[in-house]
Amino acid sequence: MWEYAPAPESRDIANLKPNYRMFVDGKFVEGSGEPLKTINPATEEVLAEVSTASESDVDSAVKAARRAYDRVWSKMPGSERAKYIYRIARQIQERGRELAVLESLDNGKPIKESRDVDVPTAASHFFYHAGWADKLGYAGHGPDPKPLGVAGQVIPWNFPLLMAAWKIAPALACGNTVVLKPAETTPLTALVLADIIQQCDLPPGVVNIIPGAGDVGAALVGHTDVNKVAFTGSTDVGKVIQGQLAGTSKKLTLELGGKAANIVFDDAPLDQAVEGIVNGIFFNQGHVCCAGSRLLVQESIADELIEKLHARVSTLRVGDPLDKNTDVGAINSREQLTKIKELTESGEAEGATRWTSECSLPDKGFFFAPTVFSGVSQAMRIAREEIFGPVLSVLTFRTPEEAVAKANNTPYGLSAGVWTDKGSRILWMAQRLRAGVVWSNTFNRFDPTAPFGGYQESGFGREGGRTGLEAYLDV
Amino acid sequence: MAAPTTLPSALADAVRDESSLRRFLHGLPGVDQVGVEQRAAGLGTRSIKKASKLYAIDLAISMVDLTTLEGADTHGKVRSLAAKAKRPDPERPGVPKVAAVCVYPDMVKTAADDLVGTGINVASVATAFPSGRSTMDIKLADTRFAVEQGAAEVDMVIDRGAFLSGRYGQVFEEIVKIKQACGDAHLKVILETGELVTYDNVRRASWLALLAGGDFIKTSTGKVQPAATLPVTHVMLQAVRDWKDQTGELRGVKPAGGIRTTKDAIKYLVAVHEVAGPEWLDPNLFRFGASTLLNDLLMQRRTQLDGHYSGPDYVTVD
Repeated sequence: MWEYAPAPESRDIANLKPNYRMFVDGKFVEGSGEPLKTINPATEEVLAEVSTASESDVDSAVKAARRAYDRVWSKMPGSERAKYIYRIARQIQERGRELAVLESLDNGKPIKESRDVDVPTAASHFFYHAGWADKLGYAGHGPDPKPLGVAGQVIPWNFPLLMAAWKIAPALACGNTVVLKPAETTPLTALVLADIIQQCDLPPGVVNIIPGAGDVGAALVGHTDVNKVAFTGSTDVGKVIQGQLAGTSKKLTLELGGKAANIVFDDAPLDQAVEGIVNGIFFNQGHVCCAGSRLLVQESIADELIEKLHARVSTLRVGDPLDKNTDVGAINSREQLTKIKELTESGEAEGATRWTSECSLPDKGFFFAPTVFSGVSQAMRIAREEIFGPVLSVLTFRTPEEAVAKANNTPYGLSAGVWTDKGSRILWMAQRLRAGVVWSNTFNRFDPTAPFGGYQESGFGREGGRTGLEAYLDV
Repeated sequence: MAAPTTLPSALADAVRDESSLRRFLHGLPGVDQVGVEQRAAGLGTRSIKKASKLYAIDLAISMVDLTTLEGADTHGKVRSLAAKAKRPDPERPGVPKVAAVCVYPDMVKTAADDLVGTGINVASVATAFPSGRSTMDIKLADTRFAVEQGAAEVDMVIDRGAFLSGRYGQVFEEIVKIKQACGDAHLKVILETGELVTYDNVRRASWLALLAGGDFIKTSTGKVQPAATLPVTHVMLQAVRDWKDQTGELRGVKPAGGIRTTKDAIKYLVAVHEVAGPEWLDPNLFRFGASTLLNDLLMQRRTQLDGHYSGPDYVTVD
């Protein structure tokens, strides 16, 4: 047997500090909230102590953002704003290894993903939007579209740096200023991004980053001087925010949960479909709102496909996120791990057939072996509820109509995948699937030029592309 | 058409006649170009270090078909290649020997005489290598001559013209007949994937060669660009894996041409390990058709053991 020797990336590259502070008005300052301890989910050790914002800190951050908006940023020509945004993009690339290692430490995702996906895509979002800053008049939103003002943004823990980039880059390009709250369990890379922003000499107050838990987020989105709220996270919290904002003039975009269908027809390129299924659900431990968590496979090839899928999933290497050969890292928190376990137990109790990879798991940390449920029906919880973990539910269908009906039979509608060799069928399906993104013969591909967003309980508004600019312009 | 071995009924049906064969090959699942290239690039980022790297280097050395296929080949050149095959790194007796020496048919006897009793096979290209453009009689005579001269392995080329114009039955018959002419010698079937161009064609040609009894499927002659690539090798590894699932038989894969560095070789071994499976990590089931690769493997082997880089002057040129 050929065992790969451990190939860990050095954690020293992360430049981990014992304390991190919030970033307000161009300076790193102590928050007056209760400091939080962020842990490495792969080892459960404390990584650093992070100061959090109190309600008055939220207020001073919003005030700083307002001043920066009124005095500098809204008046600055787009071509000048672009220079700052390009500078941020280049600094992210420059410090790419540091950011990647830090992300893997704080989040638990494998280094190959933080290195090859999160960090480069974050940089590309800044590059892409920098290009728009002086061309907004050509974006299809009128000849001289105006910014909205102060954007309050709340982001999740699954792609901490990348989500910060998704939120900050278009806001800045359109001339808004930002107060951003990173997730409680993963604040570190956003604060390194703050350091980058400081070094790029952005005018004080244009970007403010205030760590904290849900109460800080609530204070931010509820603040009367915020003009625009952007939230990525759970559907439950999204509903609360929408209720909170009803009747105000604040503009809102929500990017929430999903239960995406990955639909495989009998003429699909099977080996690549297997890769796409694996990438769809085991990428980032399944902590992906657009994860392909429901596999809909045509009944005539179901047995063959499931057999191939089991064989392929058995080769996934689960373990130390810093090891360059790790495919599946750690679950982000104990709370999330408990939720995944609870839902998988319900799958067994409701009669689905569970298959779990026999990979070895580390003794410490939050890990969950890749799991595939077959014989799942639409009525089971594992087919309806978002598990947000490395758990796939396999359902079958007989006709394209049935595939569409099952795929759309969910309150969500963020993404979908279609696997077939027939181009006409791809288009036919894409027209009928209620999902913001439809991938054909691939899955989980992200690009700043492509708008991303959902239907129904997956939220509204688009991020990325020309369409995504609309969320940050007064149109 | 005569199936060379006893096949499970589904596959026996596939080779019943030309139209069944065509239906079978065109009924294979397609290969998505973007997907297979993405997967190959992704697996290429595996980081193989320390003991696992040394293991991979020794394994790769033992899988090399040390090759010289030049118009300028002489008996002297072949003899020195045979010497290199026996003792790849004369100063390091622990280095494994290579799997085979691969030459043109008229050089087989020279190589075979030098390699008697070493356990190193002589492989010979045949069937109007590299183009395959000749009559069946000549291809058969070419094969028989190579085997008589002492070749234990025959690397045949398929008729790409026949394949591309859809005459699958003809290609099948050729492989079957060459296999018969080989007797006990192992048959490697060169698909020349650089001329088949699409991955769908590579998959069909792989299955065609397996159905016709090829012991190995081999990517290239080395005379056409592109020669071996990682994604093409992925498709061929999937074919032998699926063949095993359906028949229980293990068949081999040989990428040839263009693999020059240890780093490349390790990427191929990772693909063998994770696409086909660990049991293919065996010189009987995976080979590298290469000439310059061997010296890079030897230099990297020294680096692993000595802790510092060696240089090209410390390994023998042939």
